[in-house]
Amino acid sequence: MEDDAPVIYGLEFQARALTAQTAETDAIRFLVGTQSLKFENQIHIIDFDDENNIINKNVLLHHAGEIWHISASPADKGVLTTCYNKTSESRVLTCAAVWRMPPEWESGSHESPDDSSNSPQTLELLCHLDNTAHGNTACVLWEPMGDGKRVISLADSHVVLWDLQESSTKATISSSATLEGKGQLKFTSGKWSPHHNCTQLATANDMAIRGWDLRSMSQIYCIENAHGQLVRDLDFNPNKQYYLASCGDDCKVKFWDVRHINEPVKTLEEHSHWVWSVRYNHSHDQLLLTASSDSRVILSNMVSISSEPFGHLVDDDDLSDSEETHHEEKSKEPLQDSIIATYEEHEDSVYAVEWSSADPWLFASLSYDGRLVINRVPRALKYRILL
Amino acid sequence: LTDSSPGRKRRLLRLYYSAAPEPQQEEQPDPCDINGAQFDPELYLNKLRKECSLNELMDQESCMVRQIRSLDSDMQTLVYENYNKFISATDTIRKMKNDFKKMEDEMDCLSTNMAAITEFSARISGTLQDQHAQITKLSGVHTLLRKLQFLFELPARLNKCLELQAYAQAVSSHCRARCVLQQYSHMPSFRGIQDDCHAIMERLAQQLRQKFRDGGTSAKELSECVELLLQLDEPAEELCDKFLSHAQTRLEADLQGLEAELRDSAPIDVSTQKLSSAANPMSPSESSTSSHFLSPAAQTDILEFIDRGCNEFVSNLCLVIASYQELFVNRPQEGELASKNIPQMANSKLLVFVDTLAARYFSLVERRIQEEKGVGDNSLLVRALDRFHRRLQAVSKLLPGSAVPSQGTEIVIQAARERIKQYLSALQSFYLDSLTDVRQALAAPRLSVGGTSSAGGGALAGSGPPGKEAPPSLPDLLTSLSNSILNQIKSVLASVHLFTAKDITFSSKPYFKGEFCSQGVREGLVVSFIKFICQSSRQFCESAGDRGGSTPPVLLLLLSRLCLDFETSTISYILTLTDEQFLVQHHSPVTAVTALCAEAREAAQKLLNHYVKVQGLIISQMLRKSVETRDWVNTIEPRNVRAVMKRVVEDTTSIDVQVGLLYEEGVRKAHSSDSSKRTFSVYSSSRQQIRYAPSYTPSAPMDTNLLSNIHKLFSERIDIFSPVEFNKVSVLTGIIKISLKTFLECVRLRTFGRYGLQQIQVDCHYLQMYLWRFVSDENLVHFLLDEIVGSAAHRCLDPSPMEQSVIEVICERG
Repeated sequence: MEDDAPVIYGLEFQARALTAQTAETDAIRFLVGTQSLKFENQIHIIDFDDENNIINKNVLLHHAGEIWHISASPADKGVLTTCYNKTSESRVLTCAAVWRMPPEWESGSHESPDDSSNSPQTLELLCHLDNTAHGNTACVLWEPMGDGKRVISLADSHVVLWDLQESSTKATISSSATLEGKGQLKFTSGKWSPHHNCTQLATANDMAIRGWDLRSMSQIYCIENAHGQLVRDLDFNPNKQYYLASCGDDCKVKFWDVRHINEPVKTLEEHSHWVWSVRYNHSHDQLLLTASSDSRVILSNMVSISSEPFGHLVDDDDLSDSEETHHEEKSKEPLQDSIIATYEEHEDSVYAVEWSSADPWLFASLSYDGRLVINRVPRALKYRILL
Repeated sequence: LTDSSPGRKRRLLRLYYSAAPEPQQEEQPDPCDINGAQFDPELYLNKLRKECSLNELMDQESCMVRQIRSLDSDMQTLVYENYNKFISATDTIRKMKNDFKKMEDEMDCLSTNMAAITEFSARISGTLQDQHAQITKLSGVHTLLRKLQFLFELPARLNKCLELQAYAQAVSSHCRARCVLQQYSHMPSFRGIQDDCHAIMERLAQQLRQKFRDGGTSAKELSECVELLLQLDEPAEELCDKFLSHAQTRLEADLQGLEAELRDSAPIDVSTQKLSSAANPMSPSESSTSSHFLSPAAQTDILEFIDRGCNEFVSNLCLVIASYQELFVNRPQEGELASKNIPQMANSKLLVFVDTLAARYFSLVERRIQEEKGVGDNSLLVRALDRFHRRLQAVSKLLPGSAVPSQGTEIVIQAARERIKQYLSALQSFYLDSLTDVRQALAAPRLSVGGTSSAGGGALAGSGPPGKEAPPSLPDLLTSLSNSILNQIKSVLASVHLFTAKDITFSSKPYFKGEFCSQGVREGLVVSFIKFICQSSRQFCESAGDRGGSTPPVLLLLLSRLCLDFETSTISYILTLTDEQFLVQHHSPVTAVTALCAEAREAAQKLLNHYVKVQGLIISQMLRKSVETRDWVNTIEPRNVRAVMKRVVEDTTSIDVQVGLLYEEGVRKAHSSDSSKRTFSVYSSSRQQIRYAPSYTPSAPMDTNLLSNIHKLFSERIDIFSPVEFNKVSVLTGIIKISLKTFLECVRLRTFGRYGLQQIQVDCHYLQMYLWRFVSDENLVHFLLDEIVGSAAHRCLDPSPMEQSVIEVICERG
């Protein structure tokens, strides 16, 4: 069971923004947004052909500016949001906007893949999620599993809930909340919880993690000093509603039960520099990806706090197996929390990592120098989880 | 004739007297033998005539004549002699004849007398026949009457005895009468007597019981009492019970006395004692006096308590056991009593009794021992335990089957275990206290270090050049800390060693020979303490990491060095010391020195890593704030190095001094001759890259730093928060790595204007000038600074870098 070698794709520009195309469940597709101050920024649509191990790319131009954050609509394949830097008159402002990909990008690329770079198509602007009063937008979050009508933008110290109307061409603020406190508070990132009927949001600012109730737009919990330093990212366990993972500049990944916020449920300290991104696998929440500026991506198997703490039960049909293997399996359980693999294909800080929305065993990571690496969960583990 | 040949004479005599001489029967009669009986003279003559010559015949004849003559004389003599004899015999016979005649007369007289006597006697016996029977009967009646008299007098006598308290006599009298009375109890008079006796004896028994019950009776009296009561058929079991319950009340009084003492002393806190002993690691005797001095009104000490327990309870118990055994167990058993199997019953009762009382006593002693929390003076406790144990040996001698001594030993062992635990916690608190002292000393370096030790006083004359931030006494603090820990361990070991002293009775128990030394002292005390030090050190790393720098970094550094020293020498020294003092025989597996050393090393490593992390973080924080809060797009043209950078260099220098006080220099790669003068070669090439790169791929403009990427490809990956080595250079390298990496990441998040980039250039050059000297490999600093400047250039809207010469001028200006 030799694992496939990672597939590497190089972008010409530096890049930080990566997302899976959430609404796409058949093709393995990632969107990457570049950062360049001097050239036209691009969104790379990266299609991965699992069978042939080939990458197909398409480039869309993003004229508005360098992309800091990108996220795809969960309902409409063609719709995505970006947070981008707008530089005007020696002033840098991070704005957010909803875009639609031109419908013909796919067909065009297939006909003449070589020409695609020559005449890159441009994104179609649907609407701005701007309110200059709110300041710099750190990220835009789609309602998980929603109909693509609701997004949240985190701008400086504001949480803004937008309603997208008229097929996303018009955005209106339905409600907003502001982080109160002394000093200049700034959200670094956030996550819309898929649980509780999508009424909860978790945000990170400085060293604290806060939970918000979107119905009342009020804070429901606050984990002060969740990390020793800045909290960089967080993610909800897709299967356990009270569990979330966070990561930060103290090189740690922490797992929280938001009902007991005094102590983390578990702490991982495997990276040797800041951890920028943490992602639960969408189907098997024991699999966890972390990306760090030590240029590493680590895949961990957090069995003890997953929704399948002891792995799948062995099917009764498998009795045909000889006793020996049966015993072996028994002795393996329960599985220990462990680091499955450390991926060292990157040579610069890795700022983003994402699971594919189509294939739960596949993920992409993006480092600052523009290198996108597509990796798979080791087969041995995959079969152990599946069987 | 008389003496010439006696044989012949005798033979001749025999011939004369006896008809048949023996030789004739024996030998063939020789007719020629002249002396033979069958001598035939005719034959002889013929023979002679035939055989001999004339001369011979003549000779023969003369010889014969001579012989005949001598024979004749012989015969004459014999005849003469016999004649005399005959005469004397005749005289004798004559005399006898006369005597016999006289005797015959006398005999006749006697026989007549005898006949008379016989007659008389027959007559007398005939007359006395009737009277003799009467006399016999009378004497029988007499004895019976005497017995009856005794019986009738018995009640009175018993009463009298009762009055005189001659119980023994009464009982023996009663015993004698008892069976008779029993036998004739159907007769009313006897019945009356019996009833009387019973009543009296009842009273007597009553009195005896009373006496038995009364406390004041002596043991001898008591035993007498018991004996009498036993003779009175008092059930032995009841007596045992009574005796024991009686003894119990007395012993319980003792116990209550002890308990009262215990209760009195309970509320008094022993913390003063503990504090005083913890503060000054003196020899046990000294500290004991001081602790006594400090708490003069405090409770009786444990020795007194045990003494009292021994003298009152245990000795009384022994007395009770001894007298009880004398009374019930070791009594010579006679007759009916023996059948009742009293000794066994009594013994089992005694065992139960002793066990219950001893259990209470033990619980009291245990409580008292538990109160003994002050660890100042162990000798007192050991002596008390020794006494306790020794006195229990008496019980074991008296009562071989009892579980009491083993329970006592168990208590001693328990106390020893407790003691070890207390010492451990005392050591731990001592360690924590010393850490607090060290902390205070670190917080106020210029003030005199009162709390720790005398070594702190000499700190001002310190060895190393005092840095700006570093307290001058850092190495001194370290030595004083480690010395005081070592001293404390030594004094504790000395205290604990008392348990195994030769003159202590329980030191020969297998527990104290084996388990106490290995599991107790070595593992439970020394190893646990070392582990505690390591563990608490590690906790500093964990707690401080999350909740901000609650631990001063210097302390981390100090502890790291302490743990390292432990690893290199102290641990093996302590364990060797322990093994030598306690002659530990490793029956059970014990923690190896190497394992402990590894743990200490791990702790040291962790502490040092944490130190690096904390210090790196402090500098990182400065850099981050400086990058984040500035508007880099609209900044003015750089004229100076920013103050933050100077601060960074200053802090790094002071950290360098600080670490240098405790850690060796370490190795660094050779410096290039002009390390501080180096220009950003990679940056300059990347600048060219920016200018000329677009032609590299016409379709996709290349704005990544190709050369830098290639450089990265071949350079080793830099682990930022990686473990450091135990030397100054490695520590500083770690700190600088963390700081610069933070700088880099922060720069990447910002957008720069032209002057922003130039400011970064200036800052980086300044750092370059000063930081290279601290690290093991200056290329590392170069690389990271290149990255920073490169990244800033990328993030720059108008990348027109400053001239190198201008940068140098600005930096040199300060």
